[in-house]
Amino acid sequence: MGNDAAARRSVIPGFGLTLGYTMLYLSLIVLIPLSATFIRSFSGGVGHFVAVVTAPRVLASLRLSFGAALLAAGVNTVFGLVISWVLVRYTFPFKRLIDAMVDLPFALPTAVAGIALTALYAPRGWLGGVLEPLGIHVAFTPLGVVIALIFIGLPFVVRTLQPVLEELDKDVEQAAATLGASEWQTFTRVILPALWPALLTGFALAFARGVGEYGSVIFIAGNMPMKSEIAPLLIITKLEQYDYAGATAIAVVMLVLSFGLMLGINALQSWALNRHRGT
Amino acid sequence: MDSPAVTGTYQVPSAASLREREPRRGVRWGRLLLIAVALTFLAAFLLLPLMVVFAQALSKGAAAYVAAITDPMAWAAVKLTLLVAAIAVPMNVVFGVAAAWAISKFQFRGKSALITLIDLPFAVSPVIAGLTYILLFGAHGWFGPYLQNHDIRVVFAVPGIVLATIFVTFPFVARELIPVMQAQGKDDEETALSLGAGGWQVFWHVTLPNIRWGLLYGVLLCNARAMGEFGAVSVVSGHIRGLTNTMPLHVEILYNEYSYAAAFAVASLLALLALLTLAGKSFLEWRQPELRHGTRRLHGNTEK
Repeated sequence: MGNDAAARRSVIPGFGLTLGYTMLYLSLIVLIPLSATFIRSFSGGVGHFVAVVTAPRVLASLRLSFGAALLAAGVNTVFGLVISWVLVRYTFPFKRLIDAMVDLPFALPTAVAGIALTALYAPRGWLGGVLEPLGIHVAFTPLGVVIALIFIGLPFVVRTLQPVLEELDKDVEQAAATLGASEWQTFTRVILPALWPALLTGFALAFARGVGEYGSVIFIAGNMPMKSEIAPLLIITKLEQYDYAGATAIAVVMLVLSFGLMLGINALQSWALNRHRGT
Repeated sequence: MDSPAVTGTYQVPSAASLREREPRRGVRWGRLLLIAVALTFLAAFLLLPLMVVFAQALSKGAAAYVAAITDPMAWAAVKLTLLVAAIAVPMNVVFGVAAAWAISKFQFRGKSALITLIDLPFAVSPVIAGLTYILLFGAHGWFGPYLQNHDIRVVFAVPGIVLATIFVTFPFVARELIPVMQAQGKDDEETALSLGAGGWQVFWHVTLPNIRWGLLYGVLLCNARAMGEFGAVSVVSGHIRGLTNTMPLHVEILYNEYSYAAAFAVASLLALLALLTLAGKSFLEWRQPELRHGTRRLHGNTEK
């Protein structure tokens, strides 16, 4: 019997070849270079590592990268929900075209997005010209960082929510309505609980992308140390000064923080999923 | 004679549905409001940046636009971008097909861990991706002295740019192909094998035709990112004009030199590429609607 199962498994050839190549390529391109970063980060000693990552300028840049990414992911979660709801449930002119456009931030090179957003929000730009007299400064401020990260993260939320909304059982909503629930009650009590896991996934993806984002941010940020300087830019600055240990230390802190946050969000997500399934 | 009958038929339903019509009107306004919010947000965050690229590119007139995109340095950047994509994309296609074959046709321990590792480059900042290659191949890197002795340049040269591009586009093909191949199962392959076909024959004549749309989809997304990558490439390129400048880096240089119109002119070529990518993506999704939500199915299937 065991032989039979083994034989059936080996009918299709190429297991060793494809898995071997996959592991080799994965190791060479991703795993070895990444572990080199971890090993090198302590090449200057633990004391140096701690000194680098607790320097005020480094802490400020990490706070900005993670803070702006959190804020942008939050904004994207709210508006992404509205956008995917509208795209799934309602009909309006040019809907397919608008739906396709949602992927623009995936397809548009980040440097192009960066200079376009800067031109848009610069004091004399199309939007900056309107916002600036109101006292809202976007370009060359931390707010500009948030705006760029909103642009970058939006499709992650929309594309995660859309399939879940499409598969949502309308019978349950009708049942809720029949039982006298208002639209708002149906939304908060029936629809939203089913969407929590997808909302968290979308949030996490947008956040992860935002933390490490570079191209779309550096043009609009103004890059003032302590104010609008993101962590990836500080890594590049340290590299240009041949401070490899410093650059690597910041990189490792970013990697550990974002992996840790992703694990946390994953745990939260499976908790939300179980809770939803349980009810 | 007619009018009382008309008013009669008119009044009966209106009276009955009056109570129902009130909330429905509220709902309709709610819908319009939500649509307005969604469209305003999309217009401000997606449409305006796209329009501003073309408006700025043409701000100095058509002649300046043509001059900017026919500049020899711009052409060198275009050529390098095409070259890098022409190496990085096929590399990731071979890997993607191999990974999807192993994951979809066989059961083995650690499969979901492998899928997570394949997705890992998406969670790493492109700048850190570039940094890792500097640490390996740079002058002070692990292999730096060896490479210098043999006069091989990786960092601040084309090989480094290719490597960094491969890193950031690593998961694209694999993650599109895995769900497609998992959905197709292995019946077709097993049938072909039982009829006496060889392994490669099965792959070329059975598997490849089955996955062609999914493969193209992955190639399209991979290529868009490969040609547009900025952060990772910026770290390893050294910004040597005409030699290690890709199109996005060329845009940055022009922009930092305050040649805005020229920067946006080159950027407009990349924006056109993005629009072509979106059009191709929509076409493939129309051919094969399952492709739309491939990512989600990937995670759905790993749970089983």
